[in-house]
Amino acid sequence: MSFIKTPAVPVESINPKVKDCEYAVRGEIFNHAQRLQEELEKNPGSRPFDEITYCNLGNPQALGQKPITFFRQVLALCEYPALLDSDEAHKIFSSDAISRAKKILSTLTGKSTGAYSHSKGAKGLREMIADGIALRDGYPANPEDIFLTDGASAAVHMIMQLLIRSENDGILCPIPQYPLYSAAITLHGGTLVPYYLSESNNWGLEVFELKGRLDLARENGISVKAMVVINPGNPTGQVLSESNQQEIVELCRKEGLVLLADEVYQDNVYVKDKKFISFKRIIRSGYRDDEISVVSFQSISKGYYGECGKRGGYIELCGFREDVKDQIYKVASVNLCSNTTGQILASLIMNPPKPGEESHKLFFSEKEAILSSLGRRAKALEDAFNSMEGVSCQKAEGAMYLFPRIKLPNKAIDAADKAGMVPDAFYALRLLDATGLVLVPGSGFGQVPGTWHVRTTILPDESKIPDIVSRLKTFHESFMREFQD
Amino acid sequence: MRRFVAEKAKRALSSYLLSSSRSHPSPSLTSSPLKFYSTAASMASKLNPPVTVDTLNPKVLKCEYAVRGEIVTHAQRLQEELQTQPGSHPFDEILYCNIGNPQSLAQQPITFFREVLALTDHPALLDKSESAALFSSDSIERAWQILDVIPGRATGAYSHSQGVKGLRDAIAAGIDARDGFPSNPDDIFLTDGASPAVHMMMQLLIRTENDGILCPIPQYPLYSASIALHGGSLVPYYLNEGTGWGLEISELTKQLEEARSKGITVRALVVINPGNPTGQVLAEENQRQIVEFCKKEGLVLLADEVYQENIYVDDKSFNSFKKIARSMGYGEDDLSVVSFQSVSKGYYGECGKRGGYMEITGFSADVREQIYKVASVNLCSNISGQILASLVMNPPKVGDESYESYMAEKDGILQSLARRAKALEDAFNSMEGVTCNKAEGAMYLFPRIHLPQKAIDAAKAVNKAPDAFYAQRLLEATGIVVVPGSGFGQVPGTWHFRCTILPQEDKIPGIISHFKAFHESFMSEYRD
Repeated sequence: MSFIKTPAVPVESINPKVKDCEYAVRGEIFNHAQRLQEELEKNPGSRPFDEITYCNLGNPQALGQKPITFFRQVLALCEYPALLDSDEAHKIFSSDAISRAKKILSTLTGKSTGAYSHSKGAKGLREMIADGIALRDGYPANPEDIFLTDGASAAVHMIMQLLIRSENDGILCPIPQYPLYSAAITLHGGTLVPYYLSESNNWGLEVFELKGRLDLARENGISVKAMVVINPGNPTGQVLSESNQQEIVELCRKEGLVLLADEVYQDNVYVKDKKFISFKRIIRSGYRDDEISVVSFQSISKGYYGECGKRGGYIELCGFREDVKDQIYKVASVNLCSNTTGQILASLIMNPPKPGEESHKLFFSEKEAILSSLGRRAKALEDAFNSMEGVSCQKAEGAMYLFPRIKLPNKAIDAADKAGMVPDAFYALRLLDATGLVLVPGSGFGQVPGTWHVRTTILPDESKIPDIVSRLKTFHESFMREFQD
Repeated sequence: MRRFVAEKAKRALSSYLLSSSRSHPSPSLTSSPLKFYSTAASMASKLNPPVTVDTLNPKVLKCEYAVRGEIVTHAQRLQEELQTQPGSHPFDEILYCNIGNPQSLAQQPITFFREVLALTDHPALLDKSESAALFSSDSIERAWQILDVIPGRATGAYSHSQGVKGLRDAIAAGIDARDGFPSNPDDIFLTDGASPAVHMMMQLLIRTENDGILCPIPQYPLYSASIALHGGSLVPYYLNEGTGWGLEISELTKQLEEARSKGITVRALVVINPGNPTGQVLAEENQRQIVEFCKKEGLVLLADEVYQENIYVDDKSFNSFKKIARSMGYGEDDLSVVSFQSVSKGYYGECGKRGGYMEITGFSADVREQIYKVASVNLCSNISGQILASLVMNPPKVGDESYESYMAEKDGILQSLARRAKALEDAFNSMEGVTCNKAEGAMYLFPRIHLPQKAIDAAKAVNKAPDAFYAQRLLEATGIVVVPGSGFGQVPGTWHFRCTILPQEDKIPGIISHFKAFHESFMSEYRD
């Protein structure tokens, strides 16, 4: 006799915060793209395009960007130290990679990448990172304030978990934002307090907007604990001016907010009139340690290194009390430590080859080639979008994305409604089906209501950009014709 | 002109904000589920300074993880003192017996695994003629195979959020070969060690403190910590020390019913096999009873099997819970099982690489989608860990160039672990008032110390748990770091400590003699 079995875990019984959280970057459009890819593999020629071009995710090495040779030499030597003793080693590894690997191994627990390290990360590697931060900012960094994590994302979760007690705790986030923040806030049961970036002002961050949103949240009973600032911005690509940064810091100090400074794109700045300034430097040049609390996030996934899959990153804490740092340490210790490959890479990116060292020349040429190419691709795509009817695109001063605004005709909006889709998701899906290009709908990042955007990366190989531009334009023209009012 | 416009906009925004503060919510993000603020009555005040301990998430404050807790912090201080002032303590070095971290105590990684890791980290090596002399031919071949399943051979790219498909295929094949039952690569989620996978499941299953998770006492405190962090309730079931840490269904039933009578919805049962800290390997019959229990009571079986390759006795072997369930005729519709595996233990001991996976079976498609979604928020686990997981589940086979040296390394490590387990077990059993169950598997001993009343009183006087008091005195006298049993849980009124079996074999006699000397002296001091 058969009977219907109830699963032990029906979907209604799972944690509602899990159900509520969203992450559009690998959401619906991405799943659809993967299905199309499988179809293409099974039936070549079944679509009006030969391949899926993933422009949804900041994943440079998936699109042909090569890792930095020096970094990978060091990694290989650390993984298999027997190489260091071999005669052949000097023929296939640069001498500075060999000496760096030896130095790194000497700092590791058990002199091995295979042991759990200190829960903040190997002390010697934190010292190297601290040195790199000091060189970058001109102010010292304390290795004890650095926590190495499996990518910056893990650190974001740690901080959200620490700060959020209930849905009455709010975190100020830029709109548009990288949806890790909205997802993490939801998962940890807090409330996202939005502040709108000003698109017409190249996605500028205006203090009166911040203050207005903060006050409104407080009036509604929300205790706003922290403010997220992504600089350079994701998805928006702006690099904050120093004066803007000073205003932000002053606001955080005055209002008692923890500043969560997502600086993972610090090595991606493409315009000569802007440069990256860390929030820590801003603070050190004007404030005492006890005046303001800042968490700075860095990652090995971006920059010119693009080591997404290795999962490395760190937070630097400033202005936190010892007992609070002890709690952070405790949470870090529950998962023991982050992976040693990521830790090593973090120490390398913050302390790369210097002029005069054997690997410097190659390192520098690889780095420059990648960054200048990114700058060119950003410009080419920005110009392309700005040439399209009803599309306006702010400059990507930094990061890896463009976030063009599309003025969709009413007919398109109606068609989207009929299909039960958000208009920008409708547009993105049509684009995918016609061209194989995967862009993420702006609704995944947040936008001023009634406006529509899509986010594209600038990462496809430079040789493919002209073709991508022409496919985008052709599709857009045809879409606008179909739905013109 | 622009400044004027900005000022005008500023005024407009201010007045908009003022007017909208009570009457309607701020602009909503039309489609996105971003939540905005509720309309609670009270005014929230700003915090100055922003973050004090009393404003932190109370679940963070509540959670504990003794394995790297107080005793270890103390040991690290002593270690620093030894470095700055040699001879300042009655021992020369700190001996960390607190944590299952084999390579920190000179255990060597498996050569073949590290060859493959180096080659996949720096694939340019594969094109160099010198590499043929530096690497075994099968490690080169395996590196190519792995690179071929990684899209674009890009080992620095984010992979699929469950892990590289080809690596999951290899792991599924390894599971199939181990169990004799097929494994679906889509059921596998590669994670940065088993710990994040445990967190993922706790986050999924726990809604409020009315959701309970049955956990063995003693348990590996990741479970108590993650249950606390995710706001649930730990429902303890006591392992039976008198029967070699046996797991009795009657005890499970009793604890389950008691929890339910208090209004707790018990969602899952954690079983650690082989056990940590207790080291027992479950008998097959016991495992079948556990499977029946979970099926009957509608519990998810969370099977922590990270020590599956650490078994030291001939009369026991590892059987995965999935295999047991399948061999009882239970399929996907009958039972939800999550099996956890890690690259940190076994004979490979690759703790620092953070590799592991969970295999989830018996979950509906919509729940699996949710699990996938949570995995996607952090994109993917680290590629080196993923590669190691595929190697651990698919090591060199007979006939491969590296097979013999691989087996020699593996057997060497496992036989040494067994010898060390026995030596320490015998040592503890020879100590006055100490009884120690056999370590059939895993990497730990969990001896029970019958502490004299005077010692218990002395502990109370300094506001410490008696076993923490004992462990601290041990550390200060000998430099040996063990973790007090209270960090793992124990029957109230009993005291234990957990000691790993991992120090180098040539240090074991010294450790034993210092331990015994300390114990005798401690008992002399406090004997009733």
